[in-house]
Amino acid sequence: MNLTLVFLVLTNLLLLASGRLSTCIRIVAAQGVALGLLALSTGRPGLSIGAIALSLVSILLKGIVFPTLLSRAIREAQVRREARPFVGYTASVTLGVVLLLGAFGLDSRLALPRSDYPPLSVPAAFFTILVGLFLIVSRKQALSQVLGYLVMENGIFAFGLIHAREEGFLVGLGILLDVFVAVFVMGIAIFHINREFDHIDTERLSALKDWER
Amino acid sequence: MIAPPETMAAALVLVPAVAGAAAFVIRRHSARRGLLIAGALVHALLTADVCLRGGDPGSSGWLVLDATARLFLGITSALFLTAAVYALGYLRREPPDERHDFQEDVLFSNAPEAVLTGCLLLFLATMSLVVLSRNLGLLWVAIEATTLVSAPMIYFHRHHRSLEATWKYLLICSVGIAVALLGNFCLAVAAAKAGQGSSSLGLDPLVRNASHLNVPWLKAAFIFLLVGYGTKMGLAPLHTWLPDAHSEAPSVVSALLSGALLNCAFVGILRAQQVLAAAGEAAFGQGLLLILGLLSIGLAGVFILGQTDFKRTLAYSSVEHIGILALGVGLGGAGAFGSMLHAVNHSLAKGMLFLLAGNILAEYRTKSTAHVRGVPGALPVTGVLWGAGFLAICGLPPFGLFTSELTILKAALDQGRTGVAVAYLALLALVFVGLTTTFLGMLQGRTTTPGAGRSRRESVLEFAPPMALGALVLAMGVYVPPALSATLHEVARTLGGF
Amino acid sequence: MTMNAIGLLHTLAALVLAPLLPAIIARTKARFAGRQGPPLLQGYADLGKLFRKGTVLSRTATWVFLAGPIATCAALATTLAFVPLGGLAAPVSFGADLILVAYLLGVARFVTVLAALDTGSSFEGMGGSREVLVAALAEPALLIGLAALARFTGHFSLGPMIGSVTGPAWLAGAPALALVAAAVFVVMLAENARIPFDDPNTHLELTMIHEVMVLDHSGPALALVHYGAALKLWIFGALLAGIVVPVRTANPWIDGAAALAGIAAIAVVIGVVESTRARVRLRSIPQLLVGAGALSALAMILVLG
Repeated sequence: MNLTLVFLVLTNLLLLASGRLSTCIRIVAAQGVALGLLALSTGRPGLSIGAIALSLVSILLKGIVFPTLLSRAIREAQVRREARPFVGYTASVTLGVVLLLGAFGLDSRLALPRSDYPPLSVPAAFFTILVGLFLIVSRKQALSQVLGYLVMENGIFAFGLIHAREEGFLVGLGILLDVFVAVFVMGIAIFHINREFDHIDTERLSALKDWER
Repeated sequence: MIAPPETMAAALVLVPAVAGAAAFVIRRHSARRGLLIAGALVHALLTADVCLRGGDPGSSGWLVLDATARLFLGITSALFLTAAVYALGYLRREPPDERHDFQEDVLFSNAPEAVLTGCLLLFLATMSLVVLSRNLGLLWVAIEATTLVSAPMIYFHRHHRSLEATWKYLLICSVGIAVALLGNFCLAVAAAKAGQGSSSLGLDPLVRNASHLNVPWLKAAFIFLLVGYGTKMGLAPLHTWLPDAHSEAPSVVSALLSGALLNCAFVGILRAQQVLAAAGEAAFGQGLLLILGLLSIGLAGVFILGQTDFKRTLAYSSVEHIGILALGVGLGGAGAFGSMLHAVNHSLAKGMLFLLAGNILAEYRTKSTAHVRGVPGALPVTGVLWGAGFLAICGLPPFGLFTSELTILKAALDQGRTGVAVAYLALLALVFVGLTTTFLGMLQGRTTTPGAGRSRRESVLEFAPPMALGALVLAMGVYVPPALSATLHEVARTLGGF
Repeated sequence: MTMNAIGLLHTLAALVLAPLLPAIIARTKARFAGRQGPPLLQGYADLGKLFRKGTVLSRTATWVFLAGPIATCAALATTLAFVPLGGLAAPVSFGADLILVAYLLGVARFVTVLAALDTGSSFEGMGGSREVLVAALAEPALLIGLAALARFTGHFSLGPMIGSVTGPAWLAGAPALALVAAAVFVVMLAENARIPFDDPNTHLELTMIHEVMVLDHSGPALALVHYGAALKLWIFGALLAGIVVPVRTANPWIDGAAALAGIAAIAVVIGVVESTRARVRLRSIPQLLVGAGALSALAMILVLG
């Protein structure tokens, strides 16, 4: 399990450094698959049907369906790269390390009620969430924002897998379904944005303002 | 009593859901619109039966029919029925092909009508699921579902402004709801520590074992849930999507978004506060809600001053009233009672105002307050109702909002929180000034429509729904039925502070 | 401060065998390109040829220019004294000698840059400034990585530190060790001016970093420059082989052979990397190095947590 968590952290750092959208999609897909495998290893001894179902569905969705949807969106919009994000790539990676330290700090504040989790689990999950939020805020392309949302959901999913196992895999499946529909709808929205504006640069979506232009 | 509680609750969700799915495949406009009205009527009848039964704690399955559920279900259903009737007239009036945009010289068309009708019914189904959920995990799924089915409705008029509003709405609300999911997991961790073995998110187990919940994790869970559902509800500073989405959507949709959806997100926070109160930590939640409430009223007031778009003004007014709701619950006790009453009154009044705004927009072809003058001249009934709505939303007697806002003020003074009371009054005054300049300007002056001078006949479907809502608000100001009062009291008691 | 006889032996071996490494890299690249490539002893032949040639000095150059390669070689040879070879301890080791090693490498670099500036040409000055930029970013990555390793093994001295990276140690802390190894490899590529940081075969102004600093040397000075580069490769290779090859039997011959094989393998890997990747733009070099720094920082966090 520790290896998967380290992989999660590494993929986040890689994501912060990448500018090419297709690379980012592949990294997020790899993260999703790793988390699907994590679902198998955190169940109680002896795999239950629910754990296997959850793992399969999440690997399918995050490893195959989402990358396909998003790649099609890139092809339609004909964007390859993120255009000069608000925070540069080098600064993003450095900030990523700071966020990782922050996640560790956060973990030390909240005492884990049970001690049979690897000490890396809560910081890794929080780090993923923070990286997801950072991507949403600092990237301009609408597709990068969707990827940030997916990363954030990955982090929350990881946290839920490790700490809320007893909640039942039904809720896990419900969450996956919701994320799937959300990404689907966002993909459609991006398609419309591209068709309407001929770009998917959200910094230029600024027609609605409060005071006179 | 038509059927046992489990079946009733399930029907309340399934009937609109099935109707919504069917609406997507029906081809004839008249059949689809009939289905919309039928779905709304059936839902209203079921709701009336459930509410009049009263006091039934409901089943032990996934759905519950406690006081909170009944109250918000009633509000939602009533508002949806009137909105559905209005939508009938609206859909008949909308031209089927491309037309010129009001604000810019572009051509745009509407989405297929089936999308709007189907999404409206699905919206009703998901909102019912939110208020009826017995399990906080299910509540989360339902709120996410409301975001997803309401997005296509905001993008009904297919032009770039509404697309921008839809994108902001989708992204910000999805992120907020993801944070709420984290809150749910923290809550599960807090419950696991209780040592009962199961860390389920069912409301009843949580409330029952509340005293054993791990407090730091519970508090963390509440913060995440507040931030997450607060984004959906429109609490400042997370409200940035609200003015755009509520002003670019068709007026019918705006009425439902402001009047019903914000309440549903509020239910999420109320459930969290319920658990917190059962654990004895009510003061923690109340403090946060107080601060966010005052902040919302203040920010809304600042943005209402000098606002040039009347639909955006109504949207910011929603933010203000959401702030009042949060403030009431933040005070607790009588304040919570006032807040619940305010939820009823605000939904009715705001729904009415948005429907009227739709009429004005259709007639004047502009959303700018500078260009709308003398509404009663062009649209007599709408004009009168618009004036009444203005009085209602500002909190003037004899309308219901006066009673609820006064109750909250009294609660603040009774608790000795004069600072809060003074701030509350000052901010309300600020909002009043802003709203007055907007509304009175529109009501007075020489009528300036494209066909100035003549007043056309308004169809019944245009003015009857807002009139009904206005009458209800007026009635609530004069007399609150004891059954309703008892329900409000019951809800307030679960929130702590008594 | 402990001294070691076996350590002396492997240091002398290093001094003799160092020129083999650039030759191995060149051979690998040639094989990748479908050619035979130069023989493995080509390095020695080149050094011999250069020592027999005369020197051409610019009129603006002073004694600093000639002192550059000499001081560089001296500093690097001194560093060799502190670097262990896998399980074989270093000839000299004391408490925090890894800091001394880092600073000796810094001295070597500093003297090279001085010599480049001494030529009075802006061409070499440009190379010097680029080299210092790369070094400024690579040094934290290296130091944090080695510090993480020190924390993991509990020793601050290079010899015992590398010596305790055994098989069981790898099993216990595989992620952290792997991250440190990756970071050290990237720093190795940067410090030795290999692709993707710098192309050792290019002579275009826009693309040179290290080459441009030593452009003016000739004859024995140039021989010393090449020999110094080979020594630097050996130092980093020995460090990396020590981390990656966890063969620690008590038998010095087996340990030594394993470590030597590791160094040779690393040279081959460098050759493969040079053949398969392209040089990155100058603007992207800081990103790569910050990435390596992030890997080291992550290793440090894993070891501390």
